[in-house]
Order: sequence, then structure tokens, then C-alpha cells
Amino acid sequence: MSLPSVPDFGLSWLDADGDFPEIVLSTRVRLARNLQGHAFGPRARVNDREAVLRSVRTVGLNVPLLRESTLLELPDLDSRTREVLLERRLVSRDLLGEGGRGPQRGTAVVLAASDPVGMMLNEEDHMRLQSLVSGLRLREAWRSVDRLDDELGRVLPYAFHHEFGFLTSCPTNVGTGLRASVLVHLPGLVLTKEISKVLHSLGQVGLTFRGLYGEGSEVIGNFFQISNQTTLGKSEEELIDHLDRIVRQVIRHEQHARQILLRDARSVTEDKIWRAYGLLRYARSLSFEELMNLLSGVRLGASLNLLPQLRVYTLNKLMIFTQSAHLAQAAGRDLSKAECDLHRASYVRRILADEGDAPSEASEGPPSETA
Amino acid sequence: MICDQCDKNEAVVHLTQIENNEMTVVHLCDACAAERGLDTGNEPAGLPLTDFLAQMSADSGSVTPEPNERCGFCGLSFADFRETGRLGCPQCWSTFAQHLKGLTKRIHGDSVHHGKVYLPPDPTASERERRLNAMREQLDRAVTAEDFERAAELRDEIRSLEQGTVL
Repeated sequence: MSLPSVPDFGLSWLDADGDFPEIVLSTRVRLARNLQGHAFGPRARVNDREAVLRSVRTVGLNVPLLRESTLLELPDLDSRTREVLLERRLVSRDLLGEGGRGPQRGTAVVLAASDPVGMMLNEEDHMRLQSLVSGLRLREAWRSVDRLDDELGRVLPYAFHHEFGFLTSCPTNVGTGLRASVLVHLPGLVLTKEISKVLHSLGQVGLTFRGLYGEGSEVIGNFFQISNQTTLGKSEEELIDHLDRIVRQVIRHEQHARQILLRDARSVTEDKIWRAYGLLRYARSLSFEELMNLLSGVRLGASLNLLPQLRVYTLNKLMIFTQSAHLAQAAGRDLSKAECDLHRASYVRRILADEGDAPSEASEGPPSETA
Repeated sequence: MICDQCDKNEAVVHLTQIENNEMTVVHLCDACAAERGLDTGNEPAGLPLTDFLAQMSADSGSVTPEPNERCGFCGLSFADFRETGRLGCPQCWSTFAQHLKGLTKRIHGDSVHHGKVYLPPDPTASERERRLNAMREQLDRAVTAEDFERAAELRDEIRSLEQGTVL
């Protein structure tokens, strides 16, 4: 089974239409929920997982927000399709199963037809509801997932404790079960070497950061995922507002750092950006890591209007469709690492050519004048 | 990706370090990571978190159940929880409640939920009342934040819940 043949299936978070799209790629709010009477994920047996899946399928999918939604059972999907879902950030690595064993029976992902909400089933918790939208839109994402939670809670018996709140497998998620995260691009702070101060201060205000793919993932391409660390003792709105306030401060620092780069190191910055663009535009082989680093420079250039023809949406798309499983999906076969690097470079050249070779003409001056 | 240290094995640990304001990422294989005292976490539950929870449990100063005390529903023992950092089922939260109060306070700075109150499909009077109280608090916050659209929604929801017709 493969994904429904909609080209942007589950990808509206790339649209670059929220606040600060040049700095904030996406906003995600997730809620951990469990059903009464069944063991949590790590201890669940097949019959627990299947009972959860059955409840959601027979009752949960009838709620208004999930009418016409898509439910994909992971064991039914081929491994490449599963990896594509992971690369689109719609499922977690845990849900796909550890060490090549493949996903367990009962694991599934649900995606709503029109709203940017969905859920994972039978991960560490029975249900992980999520809203994933583009740009900085924390309150909006919270309201979407809150509505989904209200609708599902009316028909499914959640595990809730009057003191501990929504019960979860791990004590770090209990209470609200809410994890809100904002994926930000901070090349200005990295280049001006201010980033460690900013990251350090996050810890002091109850927030944390991770790489592009969440827990345990490395930071690549200067993308950081900033999220709340605690889930118990504060209301959902307080957690959301606090994160929103701090992320806006980080954005202001990033904007300031970019202005400093333009003021104090304009020619060096321009050179870096144009070199990155040149490599992406003409390279014949690109590893994903190299691509992400070059893309970081080009993204900075586009947001500073040094590469005015490039849309943020195009750059977002390049990050997703150049991952290994997406390239293999497009090629219709498995690719070796070397082939993957060739396909990646070819895809990037094509997209940048489609976007128009105009950057050099449209910028304020030809590259030679900016040196 | 190949290990930065031995240049031989596949790197499985990606360590981000910040020293003197410089962020560096080091890619290490299992063996080299272990040499540096890093746990490579082959188990799905990230082991640093498990250690952290176990350590916290030990330090929490709260009632510590006997290691072989078990949850009556799923059979998880307290020793199992100490080892994995994960509870087995909703019932575990009641079985080990005294201990978990101390632990959650250490993790979150609080052991009492102040957020959304769940209203089950067929609520009792007290469940309904708790939900109403939480929604009234939400309404106050929405008014304070001048989020009048949200306040109007909440007012409608509160009214219908008071009248017993859940929206």
C-alpha cells in the first residue's frame, strides 16, 4: 500500500504561510492520551493495541474533525512508505519499530482530510494527537488539537486522574500531556556565535531544544526545535503562551543577529550565501547533511533578500523531498547511498532551475560587485 | 555516516557539544561512544532519561514502595518502573501514587494538574463540576488576555454544560 496520490499529502506545514515563515518553519502541538483499561504502549500486548485501534476506528473516526480522515496501519505499509511518513514528520521513529523489526501490530497513523490534525496510535501512549502547521502559530495549533481532543474525549474513555491529570506512560508527559514545539532556523545566531547563550537560557525558563527530528536527533542546517519541558502544574494556555513569548524573543535575537551580519560582515555573508547557492545549483552529488548546510545559507540569503527570486516554500520543499525515502519513492526503487546523492543533486538543480535562474539578475548587483 | 573518532564504524551517536560558545557535533560509533562514557541507548526508552528518573526516584524523599510491590492491573513492579522509567497502565498511577507525587514534583515543579479537566462520555455530578470549575478558570484567563472570541466560545460551552446538554 502506498500513500494516497495527493502530492502534498500531510505537507501543509511546508506552506510558509504562518508568522515569521523565513525563521519559523513549523509549529506542532501534541497531546498524549491513553484509554482506560489497557496497558500503556511499552507494556501493551497485541490485544491491548488492537483494542485501542478498534475503538479509534469504530468510534473515534466518526467525530466531526476526523470524518473522511485517512487511517494507515503501519504494518500494512511497505518500508519505504513508512520512511516517507517519518520524513514528513507525521510519525515518530519509535512508531516504526526498533532495529529493523518493523512496526508492531496495531500501530497506525490518522490524518484528517482538511484540518492539519492527526494522531499516532499505539506509540508509547495509546494516542498521540497532533496539530502541525506552518510558521509560528502556537495558539491556532493548540486550538485545533484541543478541539480534536474534546471531540474524541466525548466518545472514548480517557485515563484521567483528578490530581495527576491525563495519565501517560512516562511521568515526564503526565498532566496536560502537552508538548508544543516550534522549528526555528537560527543561522544568524550561529554565525554571530550567540547561539549557546540563547540555548542555555532556554533551560532556565523551562524550555528545551532538539534537532529536526525530535528527541535524540542532531542539529543540522541550523534548525532547532524549541519546546516546553514540563507538562504538569500549568494550564495548557499558560504553557502555550510561555513558549510563544520566549520564541518571539528568540526570533528578535535572530533578526538582530542577521542585521549585524549585514552591517559588519556583508561581503563575507554575501559570499557564503552565493557560494552555497552556486553549489546547490550546479553540484552533481550531494549528501543530505551537505544539502542542509547549504540550504541554511541559501535560506538566510532568501530571507535577507540577497536571493530575491527564491520562495521560502521552495526551500521548505527542498528539505523534505531530498530525503532518502522521498528520493527512492520518486525513483520507484531503492537507491544506494551514492545513487541517492546523485538523485538529490539532480532534484535540487531541477527545482532551482524551475524557480528561475534569475537571482543573479534580480539582486541589487551582479556577484562581482558585492565582493 | 562514519565515526569521527575511529574512522571505521557507522556512527550511531550524534553528540552536540557547546564549548566556548562554539557548537560542534561529534558523530560516534557504539564502541567510541561507550569509551567516552556515553550510553548508546539501544533500548527504545532513551536510557539517560531512565537513569534520570531512577535517580530522581531515589532522591525524591517521598514514600518509596517495596521493589516487589506490584500494580494489581498490569503486574508492573516498582522495580520494573525504576528500571524502565515507564509506568505500565493507568492503574499504576494509583498504585504508586504516593511515590509519584514526589517524583512529579521533582520533574515538573508541581504534582497537581491545573489544566484541562476531562469530561468522560457519561460524567458523574462531581466530574461535571470539576470540569465546570476548570472552564471558568479558562474563561477568566481568556478575558484577562482579551481573547474575546475564545471567551465567547467558553461561555457557550459552560452554559450548555450547566444545563446538562454537552455540546
